[in-house]
Amino acid sequence: MADATFLALTVLTIGSAIAALEMRSLIYGSIALMGTLGGIAGFFFLLDAPFVALFQLAVYVGSIAVLILFTVMLVKRELIFKMIEDRRRKFAGIGLMLIIMVSLGAVFLDSGIKTITTDEPSVDFRDIGKNFVTYYWPALILMGLVLAGSVTGALVLARREDVEDDQRTS
Amino acid sequence: MTNELVDFTLVSVAMLAIGIYGLAVKRNFIRMLFAVEIIINAANLNLVAFGRFLPHAGGQTLALFSIAIAAAEVAVGLSLIIVAYRMYQNVDIADFRSLKG
Repeated sequence: MADATFLALTVLTIGSAIAALEMRSLIYGSIALMGTLGGIAGFFFLLDAPFVALFQLAVYVGSIAVLILFTVMLVKRELIFKMIEDRRRKFAGIGLMLIIMVSLGAVFLDSGIKTITTDEPSVDFRDIGKNFVTYYWPALILMGLVLAGSVTGALVLARREDVEDDQRTS
Repeated sequence: MTNELVDFTLVSVAMLAIGIYGLAVKRNFIRMLFAVEIIINAANLNLVAFGRFLPHAGGQTLALFSIAIAAAEVAVGLSLIIVAYRMYQNVDIADFRSLKG
């Protein structure tokens, strides 16, 4: 049975995920998204994974959410508050959401996952470090290359071609 | 542990469903990016939960990889939004259809 911290984190995470998608203002929506990401970090703490939780806080809440917030601020004011969706599509979407929730939930509740419990100590974060530099080292290097490539690509994409360099400095 | 694996899995299923709802219904590019973030986080929660209960270090390692790749994806996605916004002065994906071919 789940404890009170778990229930509070569940309410925070699911509630702010819905708020992130449904709030009228995109700015409040992105702040609600921060709540979702922070709630997931709380779940990681509950799962005895403090290293991943701090990584989540630093990367997601600290950088990605702030990046999204700044992008939202670049958009015109009336677009921030405009909801573009039609009503029939929304009801169909809610139906799809409920179908996925009920069917997948029923599958998980019916499966053998319920019987999995553990009394073993959690994984030491030193093991994760060892994993990174021994078994997963090619993936680690590839990930670094992907990150560097994507950041360079983002810079190239966002660069304005129509502005000359002397205009840029003035 | 008082919390069981199935509890974490159910939270993750709920977040996946909310993310799919957002992707299906919203036509705002930025909100669709929110939905993708929610789905990625549901997947990470599942990875760490299974890694805790099996127990195996691979779950947390994969979750760390996933977080890093998601950061790259968001950087590219946001710069695409900026480019498309500069071209069309809008964030409605229905306006971006003329981007194809």
